Amino acid sequence: MTAAVELFVRRLEGLKTEVCRVAASGVAAAVAGACAARGIGRLGVPPGLPAEWRPAGVHVVEDHDLAPAELDALGAALTGCTLAIAETGSLVLAAGPADGRRALSLVPDAYLCVVREDQVEPDLPAAMLRIAGLIREQGRPVVFVSGPSATSDIELQRVEGVHGPRQLVVLLVS
Amino acid sequence: MARGRRRRSATAAGWYCWLVRVALFITCVADTLFPETGRSVVRVLERLGHDVVFPAEQTCCGQMHVNSGYRDDALKLARRFVDVMGRDDGVDAVVSPSSSCVGWVRELLPGVAREAGEDQLARDAEALGGRLFELSEFLVRRLGVEDVGASFARRVTLHPTCHSQRVARVGDAPQRLLARVRGLELLELPEAAECCGFGGTFSIKNADVSLAMLADKCATIVASGADVVTAVDPSCLLNIGGGLSRMGASVKAVHLADILAAEGAS
Amino acid sequence: MSRAHPHDFPAAAREALADVQLRANLRGATRTIRARRAAAVAELPDFEELREQARRVKDDALERLDELLDEFQAAAEAAGARVHRAPDAAAANAIVAGIARDHGVTELVKMKSLATDEIGLDAALATAGVEAVETDLAELIVQLAGDTASHILVPAVHYSRGQVRDLFQRTIAQGRELSDDPHELAEVSRLYLRERFLRARMGVTGANVGVAETGTVCVVENEGNGRMCTTLPPLLVTVMGIEKVLPTLEDLGLLLRLLPRSATGERMSSYVSLLTGVMPGDGPQEYHIVLLDNGRRNVLADPVGRQALRCIRCSACLNVCPVYSRVGGHAYGSIYPGPIGAILTPQLWGMEEHAKLPFASSLCGACADVCPVGIDIPEVLLHLRARAVREQAPAPEKALFAAAAWAFGSPRSFDAAQKAGRAAEAPLSRGGLIRRLPAPLAGWTKGRDLRPVARETFREWWTRERGGETP
Repeated sequence: MTAAVELFVRRLEGLKTEVCRVAASGVAAAVAGACAARGIGRLGVPPGLPAEWRPAGVHVVEDHDLAPAELDALGAALTGCTLAIAETGSLVLAAGPADGRRALSLVPDAYLCVVREDQVEPDLPAAMLRIAGLIREQGRPVVFVSGPSATSDIELQRVEGVHGPRQLVVLLVS
Repeated sequence: MARGRRRRSATAAGWYCWLVRVALFITCVADTLFPETGRSVVRVLERLGHDVVFPAEQTCCGQMHVNSGYRDDALKLARRFVDVMGRDDGVDAVVSPSSSCVGWVRELLPGVAREAGEDQLARDAEALGGRLFELSEFLVRRLGVEDVGASFARRVTLHPTCHSQRVARVGDAPQRLLARVRGLELLELPEAAECCGFGGTFSIKNADVSLAMLADKCATIVASGADVVTAVDPSCLLNIGGGLSRMGASVKAVHLADILAAEGAS
Repeated sequence: MSRAHPHDFPAAAREALADVQLRANLRGATRTIRARRAAAVAELPDFEELREQARRVKDDALERLDELLDEFQAAAEAAGARVHRAPDAAAANAIVAGIARDHGVTELVKMKSLATDEIGLDAALATAGVEAVETDLAELIVQLAGDTASHILVPAVHYSRGQVRDLFQRTIAQGRELSDDPHELAEVSRLYLRERFLRARMGVTGANVGVAETGTVCVVENEGNGRMCTTLPPLLVTVMGIEKVLPTLEDLGLLLRLLPRSATGERMSSYVSLLTGVMPGDGPQEYHIVLLDNGRRNVLADPVGRQALRCIRCSACLNVCPVYSRVGGHAYGSIYPGPIGAILTPQLWGMEEHAKLPFASSLCGACADVCPVGIDIPEVLLHLRARAVREQAPAPEKALFAAAAWAFGSPRSFDAAQKAGRAAEAPLSRGGLIRRLPAPLAGWTKGRDLRPVARETFREWWTRERGGETP
């Protein structure tokens, strides 16, 4: 495990994100376990999600332009990502086939994201270099996700979980 | 007190602890309200063997006017000031007990003059600025002296004024000097970097906010346990001293120069 | 937002200082954020270099503003957005209301945006029969209370948790009995707003940055309401001040390293969204971007003052300001308070109403120390004070300063003035101190004693002891 990946894990944990270290072949089982632990029955996925990641024992719903209310009825969403940033503990979604639509990783209350170790960039400038091409050439919408949503608007006391997913799980694949 | 032999430094850059000839820039505030501070600057420098002259044509450097928006008057006063203080070429340095006045002339005046189209004034100000110093930075950075032979057996706390830190940038020169004063116990000031609330006419135009800031500054000074609060700006000391006096505190506001001049607590 | 009459900062400040709850809230909030910011910035060994780079990037962008705005418009439109130019608030409001009307929208969801607050968008939409629901928790609080924001970043900082509880209890609690636990209060707002997000037909946001090369709009937030506004509704509008445009995505990356740390003391905000036109099948299928001037070109015209346009609205200057942290935002009478507000407001909307703002400062310089884009706020304050005096100075004050300048004109007049001062204050002196000065200097002695003119001034002493000037 590289220094960047180590840092990434530390930052994720600091951001109240659960980290599961798995082998590539263990993703589906880990997802199934995470869903069972949270009582999640319906799991939304992008149509382009690799088949080997799809868990058994959970109702997997492909996101073919689900309406907001339908997304809200899902217990969780599972996607991949385009890359991750170690320095800030960020996931970067850029509308790739495994990333899915932005609404999918936003509305369900729990969000599971699969990150391969080789997707982890050390810092923001390195990540921007990779993303810039996708924006310049394809105009892809990009979202950086760094922890569950939070507010500090009441007496500056940090409250996790406002409008974005209140639970964030990263499955880190070596 | 016998004066040492006069020797000038070779160039502006080649400062050694030779004997130098210093012109005192007293400032309008110190001249009028803190003459003892001026006398102290003279005593300290002469004790170290240097020559001190007082160009009596000086009045005010213009800082008060520029801070209140009276820019044209400020530049007229600054022009006059630069002429008077830049006059004597036998002078190696111009030294002042006010870091805000030094900061204005050295750091800010050139830019303000240029913006007003007064390029000659800007150049003259820069030339003067090369040998213009606040007292503590002069002693520590230019003369390389930290022990000036002072004795002041009191518990003292230092307020690092905003202009001394951010404009003139004297750094830790005051602390270094205080550390070598015999008998002096230097106590830390809580929240030292907070502004005392003076700000020139701010203290009158926004008196309520100014006094709220001053109240907090006085409270931290009292909390430090010191008998004396010191600084390198007479205006801040005027403000702080005025606040301490009004609240009936026993802490006295004393300029750094007065401490350095002391040869036994009085 | 300009007013019909001059704003009296000293009076407003005096009122704010008397509000004990406000002062306590502000003190706690500003100190907390200050410490977080300092810790986050300390992690970057090259912070000073980054600041300097950001300053240069911003100055370059302002130099080439028109070129970059044209580039931004072309790129955004090529990516499927529609770009509108709004010279002032009325034009911007008309554009947004028009878009809502054209789509039959009567309720929209809105992300916190200073630009939209500046133009009074919510009120304009209400007049046009459109309800704009504020979805930032703090903005929601302020909206429900019929109040205005008091801080750039945490607009409800002047509310304690008890005050928020009372407010929610009588507005959105829907019969539920509430505690003042911030977790519970956030949950109440979450449920209230989620309904609205899921049914929203239109979203409105501001922009932190606009990238010229790609027409990309960047939105930074923590709560997720911004993502809700920019993802779920089929129709989206962004109102962006023209000074927000930067040349490239790399420039955006630079700013993203500075903004979260300077603003909330975090390495990265929870969500950063980069929106480039329209993406079929993902998010809004119709996107309008309104480029707002509303006085910004006035600021651009001033070679010294224009550095205020570098501002990225992080609010670091507010949190370290000894004045702001004691009086809060309302005292400034502008949507932009604190140090940045004192230099931006009079430049945007004129010295006639805002002449007192450049004087709402002790010139301590703490703000310039923390500004991530290197705005020299004290320099601009001095510059604007000169403008205020030229345009608005009251005659009595002008006379006083003219008299002082005359007195300083020669050593003889100075000496005479000192002697006259000594004589004049003799009757005021009690026990060696002056405890009461007459107007207009009475503000000094309100809370301070004053040393009198010395019995012997320094120059009198030197003349007597040293026989005048040494040859």
